[in-house]
Amino acid sequence: MSTPIPPSAPRLLLMAPEDNCLIARVPLVAGEALEIDGAVAVLAEDIPLGYKVARRALKAGDKVLRYGAIIGTVTADAAPGAMLHTHNLVSDYIPTYTLASDAHSFIGSTH
Amino acid sequence: MSNASLPALSGYLRADGRKGIRNVVVVAYTVECAHHVARLIVNAFPGQEVHLIGFPGCYPNDYADRMMKRLATHPNVGAALIVSLGCESFNRRGLEEEVAASGRPVHTITIQQNSGTRTSVADGVEWVRWAREALDTQQRVPMRLDELVVATICGGSDSTSGITANPAVGVAFDQLVAAGAACIFEETGELVGCEFHMKRRAATPELGEAIVACVNKAAHYYTVLGHGSFAPGNADGGLTTQEEKSLGAYAKSGASPISGILKPGDQPETGGLYLLDVVPDGEVRFGFPNISDNAEIVELIACGAHVTLFTTGRGSVVGSAISPVIKVCANPATYERLAEDMDVNAGRILSGDATLEQVGAEIVQLVAQVANGAQSCSEELGHQEFILTYKQFEASGPGCFPLKAA
Repeated sequence: MSTPIPPSAPRLLLMAPEDNCLIARVPLVAGEALEIDGAVAVLAEDIPLGYKVARRALKAGDKVLRYGAIIGTVTADAAPGAMLHTHNLVSDYIPTYTLASDAHSFIGSTH
Repeated sequence: MSNASLPALSGYLRADGRKGIRNVVVVAYTVECAHHVARLIVNAFPGQEVHLIGFPGCYPNDYADRMMKRLATHPNVGAALIVSLGCESFNRRGLEEEVAASGRPVHTITIQQNSGTRTSVADGVEWVRWAREALDTQQRVPMRLDELVVATICGGSDSTSGITANPAVGVAFDQLVAAGAACIFEETGELVGCEFHMKRRAATPELGEAIVACVNKAAHYYTVLGHGSFAPGNADGGLTTQEEKSLGAYAKSGASPISGILKPGDQPETGGLYLLDVVPDGEVRFGFPNISDNAEIVELIACGAHVTLFTTGRGSVVGSAISPVIKVCANPATYERLAEDMDVNAGRILSGDATLEQVGAEIVQLVAQVANGAQSCSEELGHQEFILTYKQFEASGPGCFPLKAA
């Protein structure tokens, strides 16, 4: 992997030029305005360090690219600046298992 | 960084010509029923190089047999005490013969023939004290970088792992491979989605095909089990899918050509970069391939690893019996919370305080220092975790080892 490319906004990292998601380099807070590819996006939610942020408007069924490679499929439309995680992004291979509010749950995959 | 700036290495010469960076007495139980007695023997030597290993099962298993032989004759091991209950299936005689043939002191205590727990513990302590005194007189000899085997594993990964610690280890691996060391990365279940990229890095077309086949085997195995190599903490750390975790994990391998595929217990015959295939062959049996990180660390050690680079984002604290574990922390927030357990703060890459190249060079320096006897954090804290469970493997095909020693 190469050194991360300088981000379009200093609080976000772009891992590869073709990626459609960015990585929070620091914890981001709801209401924060970030410049993403020349446009301003106001964050609707807190986004923890390392989490993914939509770089472009994504539609359900779109593939998400990180490191220039597909990491899964979007399950709900996401605006630029929206967080991408288990609530709106699923594996193309195998379901993701999480501990949600003390209840064990599987988050479905596209297969 | 030039390797000329590395300190000269030294190690303990073994009869087979390999060199160790530690001089451990292993106390090996051959069934869970002998575990307590073996542990009491080890507990008599706090802070000394006396480590507990063993296999809990009473049913025979070729994989466990081979693993125990490789571990008890690992270059970091100077002597072995075998602790058997007496009626278990494990071939303790075969293990003893293997260790003896390697030129190491070895002794077996069979609890059922030795008046029970107290006498067995007392006899074991006496033998280990003798072995320890013998090993403590052994001098280190010069060791070259191309005699070193370095492994890497990730555990408790989060979204920062693939940005900081894993690519920094990749930089370190590239430097170590260029210097002639053998470097081993894993794990095929966490390389799902990376197989065709790896294929392009394979030393031969046959090896490329073998890499794709072994990742397919892993994907099938985990699919049958209904659970990927993905823990809830991975998602809490911002990783969403198995393939995202895989891509981050893959960065540990660096950019060197891939020289071969190892199965647990296979030892690289030359320097270069090797992929460890941890997923059993044949139909799915015995459960998850590796039930937790230490099972994999033990397999890397059975392949000859002198030291393991363990990258973590969420913050693993484990070490290992036999070979030191160096912790490379990916996440700057985790580093602040768990600094006492972390050897390298790769989170500085995220905060802009260091480059990948700088942290990679720091890791190579630390490998050399730890090889020369400096304790890693987990060693200093007394971590000596060890797990060995049931598995089944077939012998590797010829395409897996395109490079043989001259």
